[in-house]
Amino acid sequence: MSEGLFSKKNIGLLADPIGSNNPITVQVLGICSALAVTAQLKPAFVMALSVTVVVAFGNVIISLLRNTIPNRIRIIVQLVVIAALVIIVDQFLKAFVYDVSKQLSVFVGLIITNCILMGRLEAFALGNKPWPSFLDGIGNGAGYGLILIIIAFFRELLGSGTLWGYRIIPESWYIANGGFYSNNGMMILPPMALITVGVIIWVQRSRNPKLQEK
Amino acid sequence: MDTNGNKYTFIYASAMVILVAAILAITALKLKPAQQKNIDIEKKQNILASVGIASTFTDAETIYAERIVQSYIVNFSGEQIEGQAFDIDLKSERAKPEADRRLPVYECKTEEGTKYILPVYGAGLWGPIWGYVSVNDDMNTLYGANFAHAGETPGLGAEINTKAFQEPFKGKKIFDENGTLVSITIAKAGENAPAEHKVDGISGGTITSKGLQAMLLNDFTSYKAFFNKKKQ
Repeated sequence: MSEGLFSKKNIGLLADPIGSNNPITVQVLGICSALAVTAQLKPAFVMALSVTVVVAFGNVIISLLRNTIPNRIRIIVQLVVIAALVIIVDQFLKAFVYDVSKQLSVFVGLIITNCILMGRLEAFALGNKPWPSFLDGIGNGAGYGLILIIIAFFRELLGSGTLWGYRIIPESWYIANGGFYSNNGMMILPPMALITVGVIIWVQRSRNPKLQEK
Repeated sequence: MDTNGNKYTFIYASAMVILVAAILAITALKLKPAQQKNIDIEKKQNILASVGIASTFTDAETIYAERIVQSYIVNFSGEQIEGQAFDIDLKSERAKPEADRRLPVYECKTEEGTKYILPVYGAGLWGPIWGYVSVNDDMNTLYGANFAHAGETPGLGAEINTKAFQEPFKGKKIFDENGTLVSITIAKAGENAPAEHKVDGISGGTITSKGLQAMLLNDFTSYKAFFNKKKQ
């Protein structure tokens, strides 16, 4: 049976992880990095892009190899593929966006330990064809990235008064300059990222009754 | 074919590892020049920061070319020797005996006259610390300092790369009135040292502070002949 590249099923692979099966808010995977790199928008965006690239290509590679991988070492094979992709991404970041690469520091290397990657490779790519696997990877990367960017938006705006490094809250509002406003220092710290994730999960669950446990 | 046999598994694993290693090696080699360029720009930013010139990633090279009028290498006796100061790897120089070390000097033009920028390199608590120290043309008074580290503890030793720690170095003296080299003491609370040779250390970062103190003493000693030569 042949089906179109963007059949309903394939679109579902792409769209589900962004919404109703989001890796962070529904499956609660990849939380650690979501807390660590979301103090500002730019590193969050680069991190989201890096994870998307790694999970999409990791899925394709594992899917292409799925019939040749010896079952007993399949986890190791998955890990080698992920690790190699992560190192390539890291090298590219160092070459082309050096300042962001410095900000992300160890977290790029730690993409290897991101549960979303192993989860998708083991649960999806090992049993599906390359194209659906690619879509699944892009979908999960985008779902992860979307949450990262939402968190980073609020953290950077309320914590530093800037977005993408550009000043949003005018300097003259600050108490130091005779105004009435001051940044919320808590927002820059990881705990507020966790609370922000919690709020997003709350909003999503109350809007989508299917996600509520009975 | 039996994909679960021992032989197949071994061959599969070996082939995969060799292939992946080759791909990674090629990527690293291909991207090396672009990465090195970024590292060089950062180094230029740090050199400029030691004389209080702020630069961004994009304008660092232009400002550097404008301000750093000369750079050269001196030896332990203060004589200029052949070579490119910018390419010196401080880590490998420190491994040599004192007399064989090549010591880079950068001359910077500022509104307040010529400043001499000296790179310093030493050991902190967890790993190397390094930086650039600029000296006035009296070859005694510090004009500024910029320090960096590989892995000092955030909030403690890592504070050496903050403005609050670096600012007080300005105006401190390397030599006393008799011309003896005293260097700078990074002092704990209550530690006695003449004010013009003393900078406050970091609470909770004593080993890093003392490492930095040892680094400065060590490097100023290396440059002593150069200082004396320039003073005459």
